[in-house]
Amino acid sequence: MPTETLIWLIPLPPLLAFFLILLFTRKNNALSHTVGVAAAAISWLLGMLVFFAAIGIDHFGEHPFHSAIAWLPTGETFFNIGVMIDPLSAAVLFFVAWTVLMIFIYSIGYHNFGAPKGEHDKPGLPPHGAEDHGHHVPSIEPMYARFFAFIALFAFGMYTLVVSDNLLTLFVGWEIMGLCSYLLIGFWYGKPSARDAAKKAFLTTRIGDVFMLLGIVALYSATGTLNFHEILRNENILHLLASTPSGVFGLSAAGLIGLLLFIGTVGKSAQWPLHVWLPDAMEGPTPVSAMIHAATMVSAGVYMVLRMFPLLSAGWHHGDPLTTTMTVMAFIGAFTAIFAATIAVTQNDIKRVLAYSTISQLGFMIAALGIGAYVAAAFHLVTHAFFKALLFLGSGSVIHGMEHGVLHTGEHVDPQDMFNMGGLKKKMPITFWTFLIGGFALSGFPLITSGFWSKDEILADAFANGHFTLLVVLSLAALLTAFYTMRQITLTFFGEPRTKAADHASENKLVMTGPLMVLSVFAIIAGWVGIPEHFPGIGGLLPNWFHDFVGSSLLEHPHAPDFHPVPLLISLGVALGGLALGYLVYRKAGSVDPLRKPLGPLYTLLENKYYFDELYTKLFIRPAGVIAEKFSYWFLDRKVIDGVLHGVAQNSITLGTFFRDRFEGPVISGLADWLANTTAAIGRALRKVQTGAVQQYLLVVALVAFGGLFYYLFAVLR
Amino acid sequence: MDFLNSHLLSLILFSPLAAALVVLLLPGQNKTLTRWVAFGLSLVPLAFTLVAWFGFEAAPVVDGFRFQEQTVWYSAINSYYHLGIDGLSLSMVLLTTILTPIAILASFSVEDKVKAYMALFLALETGMLGVFLSLDLLLFFVFWEIGLVPMFFLIDQWGSAKGERELWNGIKVPARRYASFKFMIYTMAGSLGLLLAIQMIGVVSGTFDLIAIFQSWPALEGTLFGLPVATVKSIAFWAFAIAFAIKVPVWPFHTWLPDAHTEAPTAGSMILAGVLLKLGAYGFLRLVLPLYPEQAQQYAGVLALLATAAIVFGALSAWAQTDFKRLVAYSSVNHMGFVVLGIAAAAYAAGTESATIAMNGAVLQMFNHGISAAAMFFLVGVIYERSHTRDLEKFGGLFPLLPVYGALLILSSMASLGLPGLNGFVSEFLVVRGAWPIFTAYTAISMIGLFFTGAYILKGIAKTLHGPLNEHWKGHITDINRRELLVMAPLVVLMLWLGFWPAWLLNVINQAVVALFG
Repeated sequence: MPTETLIWLIPLPPLLAFFLILLFTRKNNALSHTVGVAAAAISWLLGMLVFFAAIGIDHFGEHPFHSAIAWLPTGETFFNIGVMIDPLSAAVLFFVAWTVLMIFIYSIGYHNFGAPKGEHDKPGLPPHGAEDHGHHVPSIEPMYARFFAFIALFAFGMYTLVVSDNLLTLFVGWEIMGLCSYLLIGFWYGKPSARDAAKKAFLTTRIGDVFMLLGIVALYSATGTLNFHEILRNENILHLLASTPSGVFGLSAAGLIGLLLFIGTVGKSAQWPLHVWLPDAMEGPTPVSAMIHAATMVSAGVYMVLRMFPLLSAGWHHGDPLTTTMTVMAFIGAFTAIFAATIAVTQNDIKRVLAYSTISQLGFMIAALGIGAYVAAAFHLVTHAFFKALLFLGSGSVIHGMEHGVLHTGEHVDPQDMFNMGGLKKKMPITFWTFLIGGFALSGFPLITSGFWSKDEILADAFANGHFTLLVVLSLAALLTAFYTMRQITLTFFGEPRTKAADHASENKLVMTGPLMVLSVFAIIAGWVGIPEHFPGIGGLLPNWFHDFVGSSLLEHPHAPDFHPVPLLISLGVALGGLALGYLVYRKAGSVDPLRKPLGPLYTLLENKYYFDELYTKLFIRPAGVIAEKFSYWFLDRKVIDGVLHGVAQNSITLGTFFRDRFEGPVISGLADWLANTTAAIGRALRKVQTGAVQQYLLVVALVAFGGLFYYLFAVLR
Repeated sequence: MDFLNSHLLSLILFSPLAAALVVLLLPGQNKTLTRWVAFGLSLVPLAFTLVAWFGFEAAPVVDGFRFQEQTVWYSAINSYYHLGIDGLSLSMVLLTTILTPIAILASFSVEDKVKAYMALFLALETGMLGVFLSLDLLLFFVFWEIGLVPMFFLIDQWGSAKGERELWNGIKVPARRYASFKFMIYTMAGSLGLLLAIQMIGVVSGTFDLIAIFQSWPALEGTLFGLPVATVKSIAFWAFAIAFAIKVPVWPFHTWLPDAHTEAPTAGSMILAGVLLKLGAYGFLRLVLPLYPEQAQQYAGVLALLATAAIVFGALSAWAQTDFKRLVAYSSVNHMGFVVLGIAAAAYAAGTESATIAMNGAVLQMFNHGISAAAMFFLVGVIYERSHTRDLEKFGGLFPLLPVYGALLILSSMASLGLPGLNGFVSEFLVVRGAWPIFTAYTAISMIGLFFTGAYILKGIAKTLHGPLNEHWKGHITDINRRELLVMAPLVVLMLWLGFWPAWLLNVINQAVVALFG
């Protein structure tokens, strides 16, 4: 089969699984997860075939796999849609296929397949546990089958996005994921918090989406196509877009379109100021968090701007000052990186820490792209996907183990609060070691972990191109990252258990720990494909394959930064320093955060996420509600418009009444008898004419109307 | 076969009326029989339409129209019984003949005066089809008015029995009476100008035949009745435009809609939103743009402004509602705004690629809105029949009780919201794409409406299905039944099919748009 056909097939198995599960197998849990996992496995296999076919081709960037069909008639021409795999999408396809498959498998264990049904469990609420031979044990998720249907649809959305050869079908996949995240964040819809989080996620990202839609139509209007290859590898079009003024903020057409598209990413990848939805999205089951925050949705945002990078940076060449759009990206990215990292330091919920770290790491990627470090951003996207999927699944494993302890002891503690944990290293060894690998990768632990190589490359790029402010900000963010990661690891796994539940936590089954082990392998080796050539000692042992491969997606092969010891020392310093500090501060932490006192009000500010939720509620949500209800509905529609209508109606009735009393009464009634008699006589005479033919009646109507018209036109207008 | 081909449109047009007579003449008062006969017979026009659909490509084209029939209707004023279809009318006829059987099936729960109800419904179909099929101005107008009567009675007699509306000075009337009169009088008021303008065109052109008028009227120059033709045309343009704007409805002529839709019986709302609103938009496409190309271009900006207002205020007002049905009703204002925006863009830049795309989008949006609005009104009706309330605050957490219903509600809501992958997205995308280079600012502002579309759609879902279960409904509310599933099935299929592969319909539309305005 030609590779192009394989690419067309990649998204289909999960879509099929979605319909199969919802329509046919939803009553049978085993069959449903078999369908789901099988679909993910087939897509994975197809993805791997395509990936390995792709890396075997020379000059792949110039001749990517591509196939298209006509989809929409637009006048004389057609809008074509199709699939394309080039180096960038091949790399993304690789990590998506792996993480998605792992998440599917993991979900079987996370949702307690094989456990008894809970007596009090209800669809829409997390399972409460069941009695089994006198023991309180976990119970199976009441909507087990439905979960697999939803994540299958999610996987379909992501695969569609990755294999798309144009911005429109990319947007289709993008939005399908939006729907799925809504359905999955609100999976336990019976909880008001989950319901609200789902709405918040959908609407916040929708703000970005409507801007993105404008960007898409603007691009389509300007170029007549949305095909990546036709726009992004066409110097004439890029040059034209870069030199046409858009008339808005002095931006070029390319700059404006790029900015509009970028706002889509701000929403999807939870960048400040649209970051507020992501932490709340932790209301969903943990595999969903892994799905949304690592493998798919947030990565999609970064993937899109990476994809559109030639447009975003149109008119910019290596070494030039940044364009406005790029500056905006660099600023938003860097600000988000440090902003989210500070919040992460004070969060106690194990998943929320990871949520903020995701926001922060995505900021790194956006900032890198903003300064033109295309390959570094892509590299960090790939490594981050692996270690963040690992961390989320690991935190799910911790929570699952804690829940076991909670059920066992009957103690009412929050199984997600890290201050209820401690000492889990001994109870859950596999989870511990894999989490440690993930955490070290996130912190950028030197040389071994993948996160070190990708983060180092971003810092090196910032240094080499003289973006020193950015370098400082990102270094600080990296320091905080290592710090809060070690805080998390220390609080969770080291020391003594702080609760009885933690003391009775237990390691999970292989179906959950297996994916952790697989992902932890990638969390290490994924970085080795991109070791800079001139790195002291080990540089050049392995070729810097990633740079060559992904870099060839661009028309102009990007420049790799020359080696310099300063950024390397910074990387080493912040990673090791942060980790050490984190361990030292939290090594002996009790039930209160040792930083709470010394930081004082700052801690409260961070703990409350700089009060952005409250601010948005006051500034936007409430006023919008008032405008909708009081202005648009009550004032405009009911008062003004209906008021006018009622006024007309009332006056007509008054006028009618006046005529009835003053005219009809005295004048008409007097004539009535005479009229009635005469009419009757005429009627008798006319009866012969009355044939019942509609035409004749219409003639009368028409004549009367004509009379009116002529009177109007001749008498009045003249 | 010859007879079928030469009278196909008449068969489509009058088979519903014949069906109405059959239903009226049915012996006895057997409700079940009446319902099934009405439903069975309502499939006849659909069958004829499918014949037209599949024979469409092969049928000869005369002056841009196929399957034409022409007989002198009234020779003294040169009015003809002239029918014909192109891609625009075909897609609308298809929408009408698909939705009517579905609406009749949805009406099986009507218990009151079943015979009269079904007969009126079928008669209504003839009225609507007549508008889409007519190629004679006078005939067009006659059908335009005929459709009002059955709908008036459907709202007035079978509308929701509860609720009052205050008029002025504390005078209160039953809500359905208020709604039916508002609907009737408002539309009639718009029709007055339309009638006058039609008469004037007929007199000036010496015929009411549209094919002839398409040739002569736009080319007319000089003076008429002592006025420059341009002035007369402008006046007539507005007479047409206001009549159609009321029907669409374009903001600020829209306030009859939430009342009528809310008070109408479920199937009435389905047809109102599904087809009747399209009559107005069709009027713009069939008559206003071809007859007044210059005026349309001149005033396109005003139209686009009003469309943007409809999109934004429609969405905001929908979001403000606590009555589920009223929320859905306002969503029609919001969605039809995109139709008008597309039309306005096409009017302004006729002949350009953007105009063609915008027009394609507008017509496809008419069809898509017909499908998703019918589905939404039906689903609101389903839950109303069980709970006897439409107050969103009284629901909550019903998903576990209504799993299948819930899934359908989410799907239809998403189609209505314009989720990519479902039907509404394709048409909204085309409209936005077409309008962007022509009315950039309006298009950008309309995105506010698109955002709040999300807000009101999610409000509807969250308040009914999600959150803690309102225990009150436990045991009192049942999931969707088999007949109701049958109503939803074709709508769901169309939502998915048109979202995934819109070309089957868009090809037909595109052909007509290119022929008319390309």
